[in-house]
Amino acid sequence: MASGNVLHVLYNDDDVLMKAVKEIRSNKYRINEAYTPFPVHGLDKAMGLPHTRLAICSFIYGLIGLSVATLMMNFIMIEDWPRNIGGKPSFSYLQNMPAFVPIMFELTVFFAAHLMVITFYLRSKIWPFKKAENPDPRTTDDHFLLEVDTAGHDLDALSKFLYETGASEISLIHNEEHA
Amino acid sequence: MYKFSSKLRLFAIICMVLGLIGLVFGFLSVPGTVEEANEILAAQEAHHGGGEAHHEEGAEHHEEASFVDEVKGEHGYSEKAMAHDKDMGHAAHEDGEHMEHVLHQMQTKPWSATFIAAFFFMMIALGTLVFYAIQNAAQAGWSPLLFRVMEGITAYLLPGSLIVLLIVIFAGEHFYPWMNHELVAEDEILQGKSGYLNFPFWLIRGIIYVVGWNLYRYFAVKNSRDLDTAEDLKPYKNIFKYSIYFLAFFIVTESTMAWDWFMSMTPHWYSTLFAWYIFASIIVSAVTVIAIVTVSLKAIGQLEFVNDSHLHDLAKFMFGFSVFWTYLWFGQFMLIWYANIPEEVTYFILRIQEYNPMFFGMLILNFVFPILILMNSDFKRVSWFVIIAGIIILVGHYIDIFFLVMPSTVGPYGSFGITEFAALLFFLGLFVFTVGMGLSKVSLRPKNNPFLVESEHFHY
Repeated sequence: MASGNVLHVLYNDDDVLMKAVKEIRSNKYRINEAYTPFPVHGLDKAMGLPHTRLAICSFIYGLIGLSVATLMMNFIMIEDWPRNIGGKPSFSYLQNMPAFVPIMFELTVFFAAHLMVITFYLRSKIWPFKKAENPDPRTTDDHFLLEVDTAGHDLDALSKFLYETGASEISLIHNEEHA
Repeated sequence: MYKFSSKLRLFAIICMVLGLIGLVFGFLSVPGTVEEANEILAAQEAHHGGGEAHHEEGAEHHEEASFVDEVKGEHGYSEKAMAHDKDMGHAAHEDGEHMEHVLHQMQTKPWSATFIAAFFFMMIALGTLVFYAIQNAAQAGWSPLLFRVMEGITAYLLPGSLIVLLIVIFAGEHFYPWMNHELVAEDEILQGKSGYLNFPFWLIRGIIYVVGWNLYRYFAVKNSRDLDTAEDLKPYKNIFKYSIYFLAFFIVTESTMAWDWFMSMTPHWYSTLFAWYIFASIIVSAVTVIAIVTVSLKAIGQLEFVNDSHLHDLAKFMFGFSVFWTYLWFGQFMLIWYANIPEEVTYFILRIQEYNPMFFGMLILNFVFPILILMNSDFKRVSWFVIIAGIIILVGHYIDIFFLVMPSTVGPYGSFGITEFAALLFFLGLFVFTVGMGLSKVSLRPKNNPFLVESEHFHY
């Protein structure tokens, strides 16, 4: 990520940010990353980020949960220690299945939810005790920060343009050894 | 402004004419005497032959296993439960008496067929009205652009609800055993319920439902049209007020309607979440029809102001209410299946024993298909996907209503034949005709609704 010089551009308002992102992108400047204190609705589309594949994962995790519930209840209630469920015949999963539907449902949701959260953490490379990556602590409070790639653009013209988009503050960050 | 095309009008009229012919045929071809009923049964048996016997055996095995109670050691549990049941008429009568009962059930079949189709289309209009009232009462920002579509669909409520009311009144004892005074005289349970289940009170209730629903429809639509030319927001505020009153009125009358018109077909049997379960069917079918009509109108260039986010939201409701319906269906089924109390379980024994493949097949149509087709966010925006899911949901809920009525009224003799198809055709024709006329009355784009701008820019 940190390959070239970047500008850290701060905004005060999410609506201004959304408008700015669209303008910056339509002027062929590159936005590396956005840091916001809360999820801004529609920002992913405005940034041109690819659609998340987390939903596909969650569907697969749900199916895994459903299978685990089925196998688990079959082992516990039918094979290992056959239970009398309302006088229904023992030794048959299918004939006692309605009693297990709540469990199948719960484990589907449980697996989908928990594994999806864990996947999200791994994909976002965050784990306990990890040092925060946000460049400016104000982005955790009330500021929105865009990291704009300078990539050979004229700095003065670029910052002038960025101020016009409603930026409240711009700072240049040197990342290159040989600037 | 939408113009009801002459082709569609012709289609609707042909449907109605063909349906009417089929219905007349259905009513005329019922057996008049016990001998004729016997002949029909004999012919059916000869027709199916050995296959039937084999099938019976398989079904018997299955249901016996499902409802057996090994602890009590009652292997013939379901037969015993059915034998003691008073609703289904399976009591061990003498042969002659039994055949008379069969004859009565056969004579009831065309009534049931008509009622199923009539109620199915009426509930679409009613559910749309409820959905419309919810949007108004909640002051929803996304939906005002669809209000004219919903108002158009509810145009069917007046003819539809009147026909349904007439059917239940004239079907009388065909549907509702508690109307039979001789039966009540020897039945203590029905005597205990006669404070509620008696003909005058039942009739008054039916009239109150129909009048109440149609009054709201009339005043809401009137104010909505006034709003187009109004200087201030008075009509809008009126709709808001009426919608709240209507929703309160509806939630009570929907429950009692479900008890009066459906549950009292088997007056000994009751289930406390039955009314909710009917409501789930009503609302999911209604939202589906709103989506289908919206897509169709957009396809002919009438609703260019409706974007795919509106469709997305409708599809989300279709998805959500399908799951809601399944939840209630299963909630009712599992408790009764689990407890296995003879008085309760007969409802399901009859349906599982006599109508097995379709009774559970309905769950695939109403739950598995919608959940798989409509789960993906992108698919909800593809109009033909929504149409396919919609048709599956509508077929599924027709079957749902079919299984509410048929087994309760005609016992094991229910089937989908000419009469059922004709009834469906007739009411489809009437529905298309009335809704087409309703949609073509005013501009499909409402004006002056304070949330209109939000609805136009609605995006997800």
